[in-house]
Parts: sequence; C-alpha cells; structure tokens
Amino acid sequence: MALRRIILGQVGRVGERSVSSWWRNVQPAAKDPILGVTEAFLADPSPDKVNVGVGAYRDDNGKPVVLECVREAERRIAGNLNMEYLPMGGSAKMVEETLRLAYGENSDLIKDKRIAAIQSLSGTGACRIFAEFQRRFCPDSQIYIPVPTWANHHNVWRDAHVPQRTFHYYHPESRGLDFASMMDDIKSAPNGSFFLLHACAHNPTGVDPSEEQWREISYQFKVKGHFPFFDMAYQGFASGDPERDAKSIRIFLEDGHLIGCAQSFAKNMGLYGQRVGCLSVVCGDEKEAVAVKSQLQQLARPMYSNPPTHGALIVSTVLGDPNLKKLWLKEVKGMAERIIGARIALRQNLEKLGSSLSWKHITNQIGMFCYSGLTPEQVDRLTNEFHIYMTRNGRISMAGVTTGNVGYLANAIHEVSKSA
Amino acid sequence: MESNTVVSASPTSAAGSSVFAHIVQAPEDPILGVTVAYNKDPSPVKLNLGVGAYRTEEGKPLVLNVVRQAEQLLVNDSSRVKEYLPIVGLADFNKLSAKLILGADSPAVQDNRVTTVQCLSGTGSLRVGAEFLARHYHERTIYIPVPTWGNHPKVFTLAGLSVKSYRYYDPTTRGLNFQGLLEDLQSAPSGAIVLLHACAHNPTGVDPTPQQWEQIRQLMRSKALLPLFDSAYQGFASGSLDADAQSVRMFVADGGECLVAQSYAKNMGLYGERVGALSIVCRAADVAGRVESQLKLVIRPMYSNPPIHGASIVATILKDRNMFHEWTLELKAMADRIISMRQQLFDALRARGTPGDWSHIIKQIGMFTFTGLNSEQVTFMRKEYHIYMTSDGRISMAGLSSRTVPHLTDAIHAAVTKVA
Repeated sequence: MALRRIILGQVGRVGERSVSSWWRNVQPAAKDPILGVTEAFLADPSPDKVNVGVGAYRDDNGKPVVLECVREAERRIAGNLNMEYLPMGGSAKMVEETLRLAYGENSDLIKDKRIAAIQSLSGTGACRIFAEFQRRFCPDSQIYIPVPTWANHHNVWRDAHVPQRTFHYYHPESRGLDFASMMDDIKSAPNGSFFLLHACAHNPTGVDPSEEQWREISYQFKVKGHFPFFDMAYQGFASGDPERDAKSIRIFLEDGHLIGCAQSFAKNMGLYGQRVGCLSVVCGDEKEAVAVKSQLQQLARPMYSNPPTHGALIVSTVLGDPNLKKLWLKEVKGMAERIIGARIALRQNLEKLGSSLSWKHITNQIGMFCYSGLTPEQVDRLTNEFHIYMTRNGRISMAGVTTGNVGYLANAIHEVSKSA
Repeated sequence: MESNTVVSASPTSAAGSSVFAHIVQAPEDPILGVTVAYNKDPSPVKLNLGVGAYRTEEGKPLVLNVVRQAEQLLVNDSSRVKEYLPIVGLADFNKLSAKLILGADSPAVQDNRVTTVQCLSGTGSLRVGAEFLARHYHERTIYIPVPTWGNHPKVFTLAGLSVKSYRYYDPTTRGLNFQGLLEDLQSAPSGAIVLLHACAHNPTGVDPTPQQWEQIRQLMRSKALLPLFDSAYQGFASGSLDADAQSVRMFVADGGECLVAQSYAKNMGLYGERVGALSIVCRAADVAGRVESQLKLVIRPMYSNPPIHGASIVATILKDRNMFHEWTLELKAMADRIISMRQQLFDALRARGTPGDWSHIIKQIGMFTFTGLNSEQVTFMRKEYHIYMTSDGRISMAGLSSRTVPHLTDAIHAAVTKVA
C-alpha cells in the first residue's frame, strides 16, 4: 500500500512539474458576511460566546427548535410515501396551501386561477427564479433594492444579470423609515420599474412601513405603473399573526396590483435546511397564469430539475390538517412573542445600565432582527472582547437573545457604545 | 385621495395589465412531459416507459429497505434539528460521496485535493459546476455527446457556456461511433471541456469499453481537455459500484484534474429528495480550498444552501457498514431485474419474428434502451397501444415487467411492420 502510494505520488509530482493546475489563478473568495459569522462563532472556544448572527430561531435556552406540528407531520410521512420526482413546479398541494397563506383563504385570485406559482428552494430560490424570469422576459428592466437589504439579494439579481438600483429605506438618525426619501425615489424612478419590497419584518433593519404608509406606497406604485415584488420570509414571525403580517400584500392586491411574491417556510415553520418556499406571480387571467407558470418551470429545469419533496410534504401535511394548522399557528405566535419579550428585555437592560443613547428602536423594530446602530468597529469590539457574534452592519438576531444572555449582551453593548 | 382611482396610465403599462402578458406558453419538457401525458391517459393497458425512474415487477415505485431504515433512524432521533446546512452541504455526506465515486483509497482524496459540495442531484451538480467553469476556467466551450440527456444543453447554456457536440452514437450499429468520437475530440480546441457519461449513457445505453476509455483518456490528456463526468447510475449499470466508477477513476489515477457530478436519484431511489454532489479534483490541496470558496459564491445566490433530508439519509447509509452492504444488495437486485427485462424483451421480439436486429437491447447497459424507433413509430405506439416513451425512441427498461413485455413486443412489432 505504502509503495503504491509512493509510486502514485511520484507520478503526481511528475505531473505537477509539467502541467500545473487549471485553477491556479482562482482567488480565495470572501467569506459570506452572514453565514461566515456562524462559522467564526463555532470556532470560538470561549464559554461566554453568544451568537446573534444568523437569523435562525432559538428557544430561551439558546437551542434550535423543531416545531411539534413538524415532528408530528414527519412521523406521519416517514415510511408511508415514495420518493418519486415532484413535477418541475413542485407539489401542487403544498403550493395551493401556501398561496392561501399569502393571498387569503378566500382569495378570488386563487379561485380564478390567476396566480402562476411554483414550489421553490425557500426564499432564495424563489427570488433567483423570479430574477431569471425578469431577465428573460423584461430584459430591459432593472430591480430597485432598498438600502439596506439582506446582503444576498444583491448577489441573486447580479447572478441573474439584472442591473440594480437602490432606493432609500432606512433612516439612520431616527433608526426608522426614511419615508419621504423612499417616496421621492418611487416617484422619480422611470414608470414601470421593478421594486423589491420586504412584506414584513424588514431584514436587516426590522423597520416596516405603517399600514397608512403602505397604502400611500401602493397608490404611488399605481400612478407609476411599477412592478411590486414582495419577499415575504417572516409571515407569522413578525407580529405572531400571519394574516396581519400579510397586510402589505393585501393592500397592494386590493389596489389591483399584479404582484410577484417569494414565500419561505424557513423561519415560520422552522424548516430552514429543508429549503421550502414558493414563488408566485399574479397574472391578468388564467391563460396567462398557465403560460407564466410554464416559463417559470423552464427556468427551474436547467437549475435543479424539480424541487425537493420532503419539506413540501411537511408543509402540506401541516397546513392541510386543521388541527396541525392550529398547532402551527400557536407555535408561530409563541416564537414571535418570545422575540418581542427579548426586545423588551434588551432595551430595559440597556436603559437600566444608564446608557445615554436612545434604545427605543429595539422595541419599535419588528421581526427577527434589530438594527442596533452599532458601527462596524463597535461590532468588532463586541466580537474580539466579548465573544459576541453578529454581522458587521450591527444587525442583532433577536432570536439569539435569551433570558440567560440578555444581561451580558446589554453590558457589552453598553461598554462599546458609551463613549459614542 | 381615492386609492382606487385609475390615474392616467403610463406608456409602459396600461392600468391593470400585466408586464408579462406577452408571454407564450413554453412547450412541455420532452422527458417530464411524457409522464404528464401518460397520467392523462385513461387506458387500463397504458405503459410508462418515459422518465427514468425504477419500477418493481409490479410496476410500483420502490423505496429501498435501507432507505426506510435510515429514515426511521432520523425521525426517531429527537436530537436532530432542521437548521441550515452550510453552503457546501453536509460534511459527512460530501466526504463519503467523494470516496464512493473515487474509491476509498483514492490518493486524490487522501491528499485533500478534492473539493466536494452537496448539490441538488445530478442536475444541480452539473449546473453549479458549469457556472464555476464559466467564471473561472479559461475555456468557455463544452463538448457534449450526440445524443445526450435532453436537459444537458440548457444546463450548460444557462450557466454561460457555449455548447458544441462530438459524435457518439452510431445508428447503423446501434453502438459507439468510436472513430467519430476520437476525431471530434482531436479537433476540439486545447483546454475545451468535455462532458462524459461515467457509465450507462443516457439515452443510448452505449458505453465505451475499458480499452476505449483508456484511449479517450490519453487523447484528452494530450490535448488538455477538461473532463466533466456525469455519474447518474453508479452501481445501477452493472450492479457493481466499483465497476461503474472505473472510467472516472482511470482519469483521476493519472494525477490530472476533472469534475464529477454525482446523483443518488436512481441508485438510492431518492429521486424527489434531490441529492447529489459535485466533486472537483485538483492538483493541490490549497487549490481545492480556494475552489471550494468560489463554489460557495455560485451556490449562495442560487438557493443559499442545499436540502438536508436526502443527504442525511445517504450519509446514514454510507457510514454504516451493514447498511452499506444491504444497499449494495438492493442495488444489484435492481440492476439484475433490468438486465433480465432486456433479455426478456429481446427473446420476445425474436420469438415474434419482428424484423430487424434487436441485439442492441441486450448489448446496451443501464436504465435505457435506444430502440432505434423513429418518432412516427413512437407516436403510433402511443396512440394505438398507449405506450409512452420519449420521441427519440428511448425506453426506460425500469418501467417494464414480465407482465408487460408481451404488450410492448406487440406494439414494437406493429410499429415496425406498419409504420415507416
């Protein structure tokens, strides 16, 4: 064995001398700003370390959670079904139930079959297929993306070769919405522009327009003939009530907009690694919806052929059974309420420490993330001195905050910000 | 302000009409569309020989016993969570997959010169590999055999490669056009990418002999042509995992570089779970590390990270000695049943006296037989005998049983004698 290795090694070495690697010019890629945080956290040996980086829910013990309704669904699925290919558009049953969540139980659009929809690889996959679709059928269009947004949004539309513009969104001074500038940007964009909107629980800021503001935005979109694409990754997770979290979409639908929508079950059903979601495009009529769906499938086929079945089965089992669905709604509410409680606790702790800064935004913002206002340098201090891991834009994943670590976290934040 | 007032429409979008109204319906996928048509057919004697999914003697889909066992282990393990996998997927799965295709004692693996990333089955592995090549490799042209799997051209085109072809199938012998293959690869530009089916060529079932593979290897290395292997049938073709990996291992053994796309859809029956892996064999370990980092940049904006369920099943089986052994037995049984179907069909056509030489049915290997029937004959068989296959005359032997061989024999006989 050793002799064989030596011989083969020598052959390799000879090969190396005469032909070098085709990849010798490949540069090491930068780490993903979000997922790289967890990698760094895992590598840290400190017992005090806290991960408020990636947006995955944790219970009050800092542990990941599999929902009871999901466990039950899995028990029913295991051993009972085959693993045949789904159609390119995915599980019809799962898509139908998923559309009801976004568009409403009694949606006329669903009844009239005006929605072209396919199962997607969670939210990312839905955005990517839409971006490719936009590129293919509206090749002169660009996408307007809010500042800031989830970092991967830029990558998705870039890789689909759709040019990007930005629009004002976050107001750093108030740590709230820059509504006036946002409306200016909507008005000055060319008619018929494509806009990416976060339906609820904006990532990374947690800052959402009010209902009134959404109505104004919708009106202005009508005036300008803009295309609204909603990324809804947190339905149910923001307020605890899925119907309430879909309000922005419902306002746009009432106003007659033909929207696009990416839905994800990663957070609200805790199905992160299963990669389950849905991409939908509202069309003028059923015939158009059939055509659009067929073209969405044509983009999925050369990417992954058809979507994974397991996660879809979990979703359709849960949503299709009234008792399991009730249990899910209860569990989603529980997760949202724990996060709201963590926000209150963090703010109270900081105020009790006598911080001179305002931390109102912690409880004004909604959803999984808090845009703390910390600078990259302050974040680096949190990591290097306190073993607290978050993304350098100061985004804190509230799901990582527990009664056990909120005191330590508040202390650390106060330490690095008190001289500011 | 009435938010529902129709304001003066912009030139680009009349009030209420869709920006996608101009879209025409895409044609059905030629392969998956066969099953769609089959499902619509009410005939009790209908036979689906279209998509390559294994069927038992009773015509039923098969979930392997060892897969069911693995599933039960997973579902009963309450410590399992559904967190996001890393971008590159499940680490165990990746290591074990590389060993499976390259061999447990492969020097490339032992030298850490292989980077393996979990992808969505074969399609996903090919797409990610092609996107990587389009960005980082100096040649943008890929040579694909004629014919090849229907989805191959689009996968490569959408990834940004330009597709050329090399001669492969000889309709007169229903075997390999080896001379044509050598000539076409000889005249390819130095450094071009070449798609190779590792075994059980889809759709023809025609594979090079080991001696022919060696000649192909020498030619390719002399011209620095880059091999991209599509390995969708390891173990399924001959019944032996090692035998079916010989072509790949031959190339890796010479110390050179290559890419391998693996699928577990057929050989583990995990079709709809979308489990596969892309391995890039590099000349040096540090190169492999950098290559991996760039693969992540391709994957993240496509779907962020791969689905966990199927990969967990595969890893569970591959790492357990008993389960692995059981798998090899079940795999051989599937391969043997297909080989026996080939023999039965061949014998039946001979007994019937059907004109023509049908020996290719038993000479070809793997799931598919390229019958040599033309598209008129295929249409005839669908209309008169309710037999469904792709229009290139490819039949999936896995869809046949002893019970249905006579019906197929009748249909072929009729088609050959009645339709030109």
